[in-house]
Amino acid sequence: MSILVIAEHDNANLKAATLNTLAASKAIGGDIEVLVAGNNCGGAADEAARADGVNRVLAIENDAYEHQLAENLALLIAEVGKNYTHILAPASTAGKNVLPRAAALLDVQAISDIVAVESADTFKRPIYAGNVIATVQSGDPIKVITVRTTAFDAVASEGGSATIEKLDSAHNTSKSTFVSEELAKSNRPELTSAKVVISGGRGMQNGENFEMLYKLADKLGAAVGASRAAVDAGFVPNDMQVGQTGKIVAPELYIAVGISGAIQHLAGMNDSKVIVAINKDEEAPIFQVADYGLVADLFDAVPTLEGKL
Amino acid sequence: MKILVAVKRVVDFNVKVRPKADGTDVDIANVKMSINPFCEIAIEEAVQLKEKGVATEIVAVSLGPKQAQEQIRTALALGADRGILVETDIELQPLAVAKCLKAVMEKESPELVIMGKQSIDGDNNQTGQMLGALTGTPQGTFASEVNIQEGKVKVTREIDGGLQAVELTLPAIVTTDLRLNEPRYASLPNIMKAKKKPLETTTAQELGVDVAPRVTTLKVESPAERQAGVKVADVNELLDKLKNEAKVIL
Repeated sequence: MSILVIAEHDNANLKAATLNTLAASKAIGGDIEVLVAGNNCGGAADEAARADGVNRVLAIENDAYEHQLAENLALLIAEVGKNYTHILAPASTAGKNVLPRAAALLDVQAISDIVAVESADTFKRPIYAGNVIATVQSGDPIKVITVRTTAFDAVASEGGSATIEKLDSAHNTSKSTFVSEELAKSNRPELTSAKVVISGGRGMQNGENFEMLYKLADKLGAAVGASRAAVDAGFVPNDMQVGQTGKIVAPELYIAVGISGAIQHLAGMNDSKVIVAINKDEEAPIFQVADYGLVADLFDAVPTLEGKL
Repeated sequence: MKILVAVKRVVDFNVKVRPKADGTDVDIANVKMSINPFCEIAIEEAVQLKEKGVATEIVAVSLGPKQAQEQIRTALALGADRGILVETDIELQPLAVAKCLKAVMEKESPELVIMGKQSIDGDNNQTGQMLGALTGTPQGTFASEVNIQEGKVKVTREIDGGLQAVELTLPAIVTTDLRLNEPRYASLPNIMKAKKKPLETTTAQELGVDVAPRVTTLKVESPAERQAGVKVADVNELLDKLKNEAKVIL
């Protein structure tokens, strides 16, 4: 078996999601190589070479790949990837954007968001907002897969010493151009890799009240998320959304504040180790999955909790 | 410009789907079916572009059983001009859907294709990207804003950590995210009018597409259920439990 992992990176650094994807690759077994395509991406390539379990890093530098535009990158992945039995990427917005496009170029039905490896061609993945887990078997010669990163513990970021091979291959369709990027600047950890996540729902009433959760988060070293209801109501931006159509998180501790617990939200946090729910409605469905439920007015409970930490 | 909108018939988002007792498939006999929520957003975007005078014609296409006509009629009631049903009784996988849509694109030559980023049954999030690959068309996935300019479309995309804007040459594929717009409801007069709008039916075979599944579902099961825990009386008890029982905070 030979596995090609598509690195997620910002040219300077490798993103942690790549380490979880490497863990899924190890579960499949075989030779693992990492493709780092970007511009001035030597930093990311070096980090990929140091990650545990990597046999070789393929580094490709070109303007066309600087912003990971799917049109260009998919052509490269299809060209390089045709010599492998498996191509894996994280099921992040970056991986979901490019990998299905590469799969179609290879005439392969991709498998999205796997949560377990059963064998080299058989995987488990959630469907219907995680209400059902399907075991699926691919009949395609190349398996093209995105990996739910929360389902696989990251491999060590240090200890490996893979060789880095520079490749030269430029695909530029000129049909898409990068314009700009606005990334939220925050000192808090990233939602999908944070050990503690605090999420607010419709019960927060407005965006200003999220300040309470930010204060609590800073005491706990936590990331802050939100339910779709809070996003739809315009309290906070969509990149904070936890749920079926947002981010999937599985922290050590998940604190749901003023969230009723719709199945679409549960799909995004059900695998958290410990779940705390704070809600004044004791009938709220969130209490059915919470390890610790506190029936209370969040506007009393959250400041009190913060004060005691 | 002509816009092609893809719509999918799915189990309504309020239905909690469970596996059949024998674990061979999900049990969706007699459950409520609806238009996929992301596809509703796609229709709304197309209708808004028509209202602004940017789009001239909206064609709604669906792939599925005969009953998927209902979802096309909904699209027509919301403002699409005509419909195309690619009728099939087998459950199509995203690659097969993309191949059928490619065939429809070749016939219709739309300048813009708008579709949902994922359907809430399979949760694959693949079809738009695959259609882009097969037709050599650029893609603006997870769109929260769409601006048509001279021969181009600027798409603001929801990405991890924020937003990204890309500019694509037309024709292009756009897949919708939640915040792109708020879909309207169909009015009764428009539902009546929709019944008279043209709806053409074809098949994958007529389109010359091999739709045989590539991935086999071996088994479906319920995820491990979480048990409800305990209710705590106050913040002090909560903190005590988190520190001494769950040991998740110091």
